[in-house]
Amino acid sequence: MTTPETASPAAFGDAQSIANDVSSGTRTAASVVANHLDRIATHDGEVHAFNVVTAERAMDAAESIDQRIAAGEDVGPLAGVPVAVKDNMCTRGVATTCSSKILEGWEPPYTATVVERLTNAGAIVVGKTNLDEFAMGSSTENSAFGPTHNPWDLDKVPGGSSGGSAAAVAAGFAPVSLGSDTGGSIRQPASLCGVVGVKPTYGAVSRYGLIAFGSSLDQIGPFTTTVADSATMFEVMGGHDPLDSTSANQPALAVSSKLDAGVDGLRVGIITEMAGDVIEGIDADVIARLRAAATALEAGGATVGEVSIPSSVYGLPAYYMVAPAEASSNLARFDGVRYGLRVDGANTALMNTASRTGGFGPEVKRRIMLGTYALSAGYRDAFYGKAQQIRTKIIEEFTAAYEHFDVLLSPASPSTAFALGDKAADPMAMYLNDVCTIPSNLSGQPSMSVPFGVGDDGMPIGVQILAPLMGDVVMFQVAAELERVANATNEAGA
Amino acid sequence: MAESESLSRDEVAHVAKLALLDLTDEEIDLFTVQLSGVIDTAREMNALDLDGVQPTHHPLGLVNVMRADELRPSIDRDEVLAQAPAVEDDRFKVPPALGEA
Repeated sequence: MTTPETASPAAFGDAQSIANDVSSGTRTAASVVANHLDRIATHDGEVHAFNVVTAERAMDAAESIDQRIAAGEDVGPLAGVPVAVKDNMCTRGVATTCSSKILEGWEPPYTATVVERLTNAGAIVVGKTNLDEFAMGSSTENSAFGPTHNPWDLDKVPGGSSGGSAAAVAAGFAPVSLGSDTGGSIRQPASLCGVVGVKPTYGAVSRYGLIAFGSSLDQIGPFTTTVADSATMFEVMGGHDPLDSTSANQPALAVSSKLDAGVDGLRVGIITEMAGDVIEGIDADVIARLRAAATALEAGGATVGEVSIPSSVYGLPAYYMVAPAEASSNLARFDGVRYGLRVDGANTALMNTASRTGGFGPEVKRRIMLGTYALSAGYRDAFYGKAQQIRTKIIEEFTAAYEHFDVLLSPASPSTAFALGDKAADPMAMYLNDVCTIPSNLSGQPSMSVPFGVGDDGMPIGVQILAPLMGDVVMFQVAAELERVANATNEAGA
Repeated sequence: MAESESLSRDEVAHVAKLALLDLTDEEIDLFTVQLSGVIDTAREMNALDLDGVQPTHHPLGLVNVMRADELRPSIDRDEVLAQAPAVEDDRFKVPPALGEA
């Protein structure tokens, strides 16, 4: 397969090399940002990773960074690094839409903590990326502003819901980007676009300024081309935030501390249900890459076994009760009163209904309906209550597994990227994309997707690494080993 | 059509009303089929014995966080109101809550 021009991860270097060059004066932040803006201008017409490109602001920020460096200042570990931000994170004075008509044109009066921390470390926001409306979807086709295309094959989806951010990194529009992950919305698009995508432990990275979808599940994390860049992003963004009451009250986890440690002596468990035919619909080429990853870790000195998480089979139905229930509550705030779209009505209630009806797209309406039903009188115990009990079972089974294993392995996505339009008409077929990623949202545990080869169609495949709560350090340690093996294999093949 | 589905058309119409959504007849038909499919999948949960299992509301088991009651700057009122659909006398303006305009 020939690589299309739209695919060029780290087109101008990864974040580490850019920050080194800019800090040392080898390159200016202005030249780095200009390179990326040019590439966006040339190729984003085909990819549509961005809802808005903040070119002028980015060039202003770059010049200010260059002046500070010329004055001898240390501007931080992400000096001059362009970052693309998923358009469900607030950026003061820059439109934040959630790819929804109901927020079109809204400019938040405050900035998300993660964006604040990245820019304080020298990063430069180049734009806001496309997503499935309100992060509800697995293909970025549910955007009110049109779909994003996979840079490796423009006829295919980039995954979702953070498809714009994953595509932006795969296309070389920015070396790093931000996504949010409620049921797999970072890890699945990372797998489909061949980039690293991390869902940190729930609460390890602040969510202040992330427009809420499922509050007990949502987590912000990075997309990058290298494991080390993800670790740097995580360390810059992580740590307690007094503005987020669900943020864990501890410093940022030192996820870059063991990247070179190897995996000798580590215990790796393959999740049985996701490596065969217990959970149906996981493609053979995906399972083959998972097995290859396990073999590679074994060669590095790890012991590999299998472990069953029986309730993971029920993760999907449980998630599709919990997440819509929380969404129906969170999205009640969009009522045409304080922000966003207002459609006139003769009284307040009619105005609320007209605004919501005109502003939300079909998938968002579907999820709000589902959640309202799951929480309504007579059904709450049967659906929402049961789903929360399954959450407990999944957590107990993971906890038992981690008595015998340091990390677990599974696919990140049941297939490689599928064609645009393929699953758009059947919600249940689309929901099945999340089958491997959902359990760790329900449990709150960290998980990430690392590129590990390609499928029968030549499209990227990611392997998912899962670790215990606050076990992000060992997860990164294993990810770094898989990356070394994948790079060595690529070089040997090239 | 609705007879064979887990949800009836009437139930879907009722839920839409609760959610402040005004659905067309075609949307109600479509959602009756699609939501029934998801509800059928959710019923798979009934296969599990969950007697006595405590529900998990939140993965970290956090408790409420209180901060000291100290004055500090808040988001600028004018900046917030500038984003509102309608404003009068520094307040959000809405049509009548009771009756009709």
